[in-house]
Formats: sequence, C-alpha cells, structure tokens
Amino acid sequence: MIGFWKKIYAKHDSVKAYSLLSPALILIILAMVVPMALMLSFSMFTQVNMMEIDYTFTFQRYIDFFQKNLLVTLLIKSIKISFLVTLITLITAYPVCYYIAFYVKKNKMLWLVLLTLPFWTSYLLRVFSWKIILGTKGVINSSLINAGILNEPLTFLMYSETAVVITLTHAWAAFALLPLYVSLEKIDFSFIEAGRDLGLSRFEVFWKITFPLSLPGVIGAILIIFIPTVGDYVTPALLGGTDGRMLSNMIQAYFGKINNIPLGAASATIMLTTVVFITIIVSNVTKKLTQRLT
Amino acid sequence: MNNSFIQINNISKYFKEVKAVDDVSFEIKEGEFFSLLGPSGCGKTTLLRLLAGFEYPTNGNLLIDGTDITALPPDKRPTNMVFQNYAIFPHLNVEKNIQFGLRKLGLSNDEIVNRVKDVLSLVKLEGYEERFSNQLSGGQRQRVALARALVRQPKVLLLDEPLGALDKKLRDEMQLELRTLQKNIGITFVFVTHDQQEAISMSDRVAVMNDGKIQQLSAPNELYKNPKNIFVSDFIGETNFLKAETKSSDGEYINISIEGLGEFKIKNNLNIAANSSDVVCSIRPESMMISKVKSDWDICLDAKITQTSYLGEMTRFYVQAKGINKTITVSSQHFDNKSFENNECFISISLEDISLLNKK
Repeated sequence: MIGFWKKIYAKHDSVKAYSLLSPALILIILAMVVPMALMLSFSMFTQVNMMEIDYTFTFQRYIDFFQKNLLVTLLIKSIKISFLVTLITLITAYPVCYYIAFYVKKNKMLWLVLLTLPFWTSYLLRVFSWKIILGTKGVINSSLINAGILNEPLTFLMYSETAVVITLTHAWAAFALLPLYVSLEKIDFSFIEAGRDLGLSRFEVFWKITFPLSLPGVIGAILIIFIPTVGDYVTPALLGGTDGRMLSNMIQAYFGKINNIPLGAASATIMLTTVVFITIIVSNVTKKLTQRLT
Repeated sequence: MNNSFIQINNISKYFKEVKAVDDVSFEIKEGEFFSLLGPSGCGKTTLLRLLAGFEYPTNGNLLIDGTDITALPPDKRPTNMVFQNYAIFPHLNVEKNIQFGLRKLGLSNDEIVNRVKDVLSLVKLEGYEERFSNQLSGGQRQRVALARALVRQPKVLLLDEPLGALDKKLRDEMQLELRTLQKNIGITFVFVTHDQQEAISMSDRVAVMNDGKIQQLSAPNELYKNPKNIFVSDFIGETNFLKAETKSSDGEYINISIEGLGEFKIKNNLNIAANSSDVVCSIRPESMMISKVKSDWDICLDAKITQTSYLGEMTRFYVQAKGINKTITVSSQHFDNKSFENNECFISISLEDISLLNKK
C-alpha cells in the first residue's frame, strides 16, 4: 500500500504540488470559501422576525438594499473615504519611498524599519491615540486654545469624516510604503540619467520614466489600501460619530442589534462586488493613463 | 577641422577626500575617435560623466565647440551617451526608445519618422521597431542604445564601455563597425574603456589615465612604441622590465648599464637624467628573437626555456637568461615548444627596442 503511494508520489509532480499546497488549501476552504458560501446563501433568505428566518430563495434583499437610501449613501461614503485615504497615502508615501530608493545610500533597511516603527503597536491603540490627539480636549484643540488662537475647540476634528480619513491614512501608510519602495528600488538610476541625457527635464523624466516604471508598486499600494479600508469598521465606529459612519458599521448592526442577517449578508455581498469592480477599473485606468503619459 | 573642439581645462572632481579626476587638461579634435583608457577607478568614467553633465567638476571648466558647458544640465548639452548597461527603457519598444530623445527637438512628425528610419538602418536594426528590451540580445541592445543617442545628432557621442558586456567575437565585430560608423558620420566620439586592445585598435588618439591623472596622451602606435612612463608601458601590452642604471649622457644619447646585459649607448627620448639608478628598461616580448643558433644582433644571450604556452597565433616562452635573475617573456611566431632540444636557446635583442623609463 505504502509502496503504491510512493510510486504515485514520485511519478506525478501534480500530486507533490497539491500535497505541498494542501495545508493552505484546507485553511482557505474552511476560512474563506465556506463562510463566503454561507454569506451568499443567507443573502437570499428572509428575516421573518427576531428569531425566525424563511429559507426560500429570493433576490428581494438586493432590491431592499437599493431601495434604502441610507445604505446606498453609506456605500458611496465608504468608497469616497477609502478613495481619499488611498490618494493621500500615495501622495505622502511616494516621495518618501523615492527618497529612500534613490538618495539614501547606506542603511536603507534602517530607514524602512524606522518608518514602519509606529505600526508595531496594535491597530486599536493607534486609533485610540488619534482620539487623544483629535478630541475636543485633545492635543490639537487644547494647545490651540491655550495659545489663544481659538476660543472654542474645533469640532470637525473629532467624530467626523475628517477624523476617519486621518486615522485610516496613518493606519495604512506602512502597507503602501513597502510595494512603492520595492518598485522604485528596482529602477536602475541609469534610466533616469538616460532620460536627462535625451533632453528631458527632471519633471518630464519623472512622469515619462520613473512613474511608469514604478506603476506595479503604485497599483499594489492602491489595492493594499483601498480594499481593507472600504470594509474597516473599527475606526469609523470609534472616531466617526454620525458623520463618519461607513457601510461596514451598518452591516455590523444588521448582524447584531438590528438582527436582519439576510439584509446584512446582501449588503456585504454588494460591497464586496463593488470593491472588486472598482479595483479592476482603477488598475486598468492607471495603466492606460500611464501609457498615454509616455 | 577644429583642433580644440572639446576643451578640458584644469578639471578636478573630488568625492569627499577622493580625487577621482585630478587637475586634468587636454583637447579633443572635431571628428576624432578619442579613447579614455585606464584600470577601474582611474577616473575615466568620472571624466566622461563630467562631459555628459551627470557630475559637476569641483574645479575647472569644459568647453564644447567654443561654448562653456561647465554648469549646463545634461539635457542642455550637445552630447549624448551610450550607457554601459545600455539603459534601454523597458516600458517602451525600440521605436519609442529611439523617438524618446526627439520630442524636445521640435521636429515635424515626418522628420521624426525619417530620422528613426535612417538611424535604424544605420545600426542595421530594421524590422525590430516593435521589440522590447527583454526581447533583444546584448548586441541588439547595444545597437538600440547607439541609435537612440545618434538620432539626436549630437556634436559629441560619449560611450561608456559599451562593448564590455558582449562576447569576444561580437566585440571584435562591433569594434570594426563602430569605427566605420564613426568615420562615416563624422561625429566626435569619446570612448571609455579599460581594454587596452580595444582602445588601441579603434582610436585616433588615446589618453591613458591612472590615479585621476592623464599618464600619456598620444596616437595608439606611439603609446605602444614610446610609452612615457612605467605605468603606460606596463598597462599597454606586455613587457619585460629590467634593472638599469644611467651613466653619462650627451643629450641625444645616454650610456646605460643593464643588469646582466652590460653597458650600451641608446637614444634618450624622454630626457632621462644621467647617473641615476631610478630607471628601468622595458623590452617587449615580441621585439626579442628566440633562436637555436647564435645571432649577430646587438645583444645575444644564452638562455634556458623554463615554460611555454601555446597561444595559436604565437607561442610564449618563459626563459631564464644568463646573468638575469628574473624570468623573461619572449613570444615567437616561428617556433613552438617542440622546436628546442634540452630547452637550450638564444635570446637576441636589438638596442632600438630597449626603452628607458623613469621609475617614478
């Protein structure tokens, strides 16, 4: 019996490959595929009352979603907040990576470690520390009032969209740094010199050579930030107030307080589809734009 | 023909404490194939990068065709460069790579198309327009880099060891081709290389560099036949150094005593001081004759062959000559290692092949 398996194992490379993959494969099936399938099927049921669920298949929950103005508004708001977070992160992280990749000669690793140092603390702790900074009696407001610049605290800083954008940007910046740095680091400096040699200014060389060549990193950073921030609910729950609430907070409520699991599942499915759709569009548009650029 | 087309005046470039280029001055003629030759770290690439504008000199100034370019950025200079690794933009195809440098010249579309077509046929790359860098061989990449630089019709083309990455056969072909190309289009070439054979075979003039300074600037045959110092003599080709001492001199001729060979009177081309022991003699391996019987040359020594290596076009003999406690290298086309019985031989030297050099 063992001999038989040994033979199969030695003969077929695919058996080897699958047996190497199997731990990850089993985990993904249990932790991803099964829950996804459950969520999809629940989105097609109906919540009758607090305790009962009607298990006949219907697409009514998806229609419900688009008939509820609040849910559509929250979806758009989630996308808008994530979009802002992604954009601000890219604009701030790109120059830093550019600097490390091209101008830091020694100890590049040290720079990267120092930049990612704040991310060694927990996500929740960082969210709470922003609360301390942005709050009505927080660092910013109290110092501005003590300095006599303000009479009343700035209210838009806390429990608002602004607070969510600031906190999420800070929380995810480290994840943008790495793909950007890796793609910039790979660019041979002689490409940049060749661009200058061929008559282009520094600015033109950046847009026609450096940026297009760093595109894989840019797209990577966009995906890495956009996808998780759309679904984030901790930051909006702690810092968003009513203004900064996102769709994920509502989904959480459907599974909890409101107890409408089918509508919650439908909302989650819609959000997931939208995110996939947007990431495909964003990466394609970015590629097209760069092609036109060069 | 402008004899001082490129003027390099007292150029120095320091990187912190290191003097990469140390107070160098010379001129390059218009339409010349000029080589900067030297071992790695001698400053030749820094000098080329100073001409291209990638580095700015610590001291001195640079002129091309009468215009001071010392402070100009690379995009404002009448130069273009062929990079050592070719630097073909990987996100653009061959055609776009070549067009790249034309956008800022204000040419009409027709003219751009024509120029690209012409330069592609010049470097024999017609039909490769759509290829990307990773679909080209080393030699083809080198041609693209050349085309991309030449299409801008620069006054000076700078080449940074462009043949270093090619295999021997292809390198020999490209040497000939580059030389022909340069003569046809008449653009001044400044060519950096560490390969002395390459520099000698291609250039009109060669500047040999070491420690940031020009050791000798002359035509290739001059470099080989009349090296000005011990560094050039050693770096260009192969040679045997023998201990020597100078005696009296009458200006044109000088009396010298060479260890193991005796006293001779030879021409003093480099005006070497009399009564000095700070000198050496250099004798090229191929200028000596190895033979089975005694010859009537100026010097003929009894010798013993210790080792030989067969090189195809010639054989190199390592011999121990009477009175010289040092192995001497002699090369010969007429004999091989089987010609000599008991390894006994005679080494003959003609006085005019002995060059006298200062040690420092």
